[in-house]
Amino acid sequence: MPVPDVSERLSGAINEVTIGATEEQGGSRTRTVTIGGETSFPMLSFEGRYPHPPAFALQITAADVDDWHAEAKKHVADVAGDLEKWAGKCEEWGADLICLDLAAAHPDSGGRSPEQCADDVKRVLGASGLPLVVWGTDTDEVDNNILPKCTQAAAGENCLFGTAKELNYRTLAASCLADSHKIIAEAPSDINLSKQLHILLKDVGVNLQDIIMHPTTGALGFGMVYIYTTIERGRIAGLSGDTLMQQPVVVNIGKEIGRVKEAVSPEEESPQWGKVQVRAPLWEAATAVGYVEAGAELLVLRNPEALQQAKTALEALWPKPPESA
Amino acid sequence: MAVTGLDIYKLLPQTNCADCGVPTCLAFAMKVAAKQAALDDCPHVSEESKEALGTASQPPQKLVTIGSGDSALKIGNETVMFRHEEKFHHPCGIAVLVNDTDDLDAKAAAIKNLFLERMGQNIGVDVVAVRCGSGDGQKLKDAAMKMQAALNLPMVLIAESADKLQAAAEGLAEARPLLWERNGPSDALVELGARTGLPIVVEGDLDKCDGDVQKARQAGIEEMVLCPGEVTPRGALQFLTMSRRAALKRTYRPLGYPVLAYAWSQDPVQLSLEACHYVLKYGSIVVLDEDRPEYVLPVLVARQSVYVDPQVPVQVEAKVHEINEPHDKSPLLVTTNFSLTYYCVLGEVEASRVPTRILTVDTEGTSVLTAWAADKFGPEQIKEAIEKSGVFDQLAEGYQKPVIPGLVAVISGELSEELGRKVIVGPREAGGIRRFFNSEWPTLVGS
Ligand code: SF4
Repeated sequence: MPVPDVSERLSGAINEVTIGATEEQGGSRTRTVTIGGETSFPMLSFEGRYPHPPAFALQITAADVDDWHAEAKKHVADVAGDLEKWAGKCEEWGADLICLDLAAAHPDSGGRSPEQCADDVKRVLGASGLPLVVWGTDTDEVDNNILPKCTQAAAGENCLFGTAKELNYRTLAASCLADSHKIIAEAPSDINLSKQLHILLKDVGVNLQDIIMHPTTGALGFGMVYIYTTIERGRIAGLSGDTLMQQPVVVNIGKEIGRVKEAVSPEEESPQWGKVQVRAPLWEAATAVGYVEAGAELLVLRNPEALQQAKTALEALWPKPPESA
Repeated sequence: MAVTGLDIYKLLPQTNCADCGVPTCLAFAMKVAAKQAALDDCPHVSEESKEALGTASQPPQKLVTIGSGDSALKIGNETVMFRHEEKFHHPCGIAVLVNDTDDLDAKAAAIKNLFLERMGQNIGVDVVAVRCGSGDGQKLKDAAMKMQAALNLPMVLIAESADKLQAAAEGLAEARPLLWERNGPSDALVELGARTGLPIVVEGDLDKCDGDVQKARQAGIEEMVLCPGEVTPRGALQFLTMSRRAALKRTYRPLGYPVLAYAWSQDPVQLSLEACHYVLKYGSIVVLDEDRPEYVLPVLVARQSVYVDPQVPVQVEAKVHEINEPHDKSPLLVTTNFSLTYYCVLGEVEASRVPTRILTVDTEGTSVLTAWAADKFGPEQIKEAIEKSGVFDQLAEGYQKPVIPGLVAVISGELSEELGRKVIVGPREAGGIRRFFNSEWPTLVGS
């Protein structure tokens, strides 16, 4: 009896989504990033397509980096406070995209005005040719105040803006539609909530193909596995043909690592865990690789070392499609 | 593997003679499937049918035991490809490689060091892989004996050929090590495995494993572990996925065994990431040539995470936890009984060295915001938990002020009214607890 062929052909495909627009496309990016398009579970090249490697964004912010853990902070100490320099660095560090985090707009973190935020967006776009992700503050009023100005400032650049939530999606959806950006739909680790939000977005005119979903994010050992499983379930649904689950997945990992004692506790406090300068980036990279295994395609990190580590690991896994494809 | 009534019906004479006490063969088959009757109750059933049913009712992936006694590792017997479909049953073994040429005392100490407690569980390295780097079977035996004495953990014995495994296998047979002959098993290893009754590794691609497993089974070996050999992580993922699918979805018995994955990466960071990936995707033993905690820790935590039963909320007992020997002027933190939440808070409190009480409210293992949204962590429930615990009796006047998570600051007013006591809004994140203890707490209690 020969070994049975157990490769699986699935009926659905994940949407292919491009972020960024070059000059020809009406923007000013030097390149664009495309994610999604899979017809198989992650990295299973023997039975389906996984046409684009997972993409990595590095987070930058105009807010204070005091609350960043030391191992991430040390890389950005020179450039924190200067978004343009920082954006340039991200390119050097090998990021595929830049993620501008608008935390500085929150009243507790300086309360940057909508105009200042829009200007931040413009300056980052001017300083680097990478496609841009813009991430709001987690506070609805603040987001609704700043994000429309920011989408406007980036009109034509085909950025990815987030986040739209069940109780606060209209403003961002309208802004993204008006200025032709992609949108992050965030639903806390539940595929039904996520589908519901996609329907709401669709009802106000957002194309399902323009959505990237964020099931929220936890670090390895700190909630990752719940979200990992949510992503897997969604992926099974999407690959089986559910158009409300065919959106690529983003996870915002960098800011979660500081909560993990095993990752950031200094050696004086936790000698049993070994060197913190190894632990911190490795934890971030391991979290990223784990999410890719579940199905995530876009990973937002803070630590450039972690980015390199995760990219190298995924190169050993990602099935490069034939050149002709 | 669930066998249906129809499967059993096919094995019966189908004469409806009723000698079994049931009017028809089909009705009898249904009873057997429901375990209300035994196949033997039919006096006419053939020997072949009995045997076929015996095999059909075996689990699709064999349970393999490595080691003996309390520390024995049981792997395999997995039932699903994705953990939400049921759960992953038997946590994979995480093995550290030791060469018989190494400084064995130092290695044993390093491995002991990797035995950690996290979130109320022991998550250490639980297998030792001893390799015959010397090329001398006697040396391998000595090294294995020494590791056995020092660590008493299940072992994998690795050598280039069966003859080098013989001395160790025979000397340590009672400890039930797993025998791994590289690129094996040769006939000699099959013979050694059959004679000692020890589990063996079958290494190679799926086709080779398929043939070798059947060969070894004919020789009487029952417990085996597959291994894709020295392949890229991509190749290993394919092997792990395909073998598991063949076993679980097609009940293809020759591949119905747990899989050993060896992290071949040279760079320690990449090795750690490779190992994490095998833990998540179907490795049953993951071997690392690395014993420094900073590289092994993520692998251990990945295992702890993915083998959690997704159907059961992970919770701690709902009660007052006393940390750092609290007294009557110690802070009282209130949180949920979701393990993750509790252990985050606990970690920060321990690190602060501030004597503290943590009251965990029974939220059925849900986190602060989820519990609050589901009405399990509102003023009423918190009040009830405080009263039930009697914790105020242990606190001096002026210190009977519960500190609630900043995430549910909105309930502080109502809770305060219910309790008739001041309620303090604490930090939003556990990470803010130390700062809170140092700067805010003293002024809040007026000391
Ligand atoms: S005794 Fe056997 S053959 Fe007769 S009815 Fe029962 S199951 Fe069928």
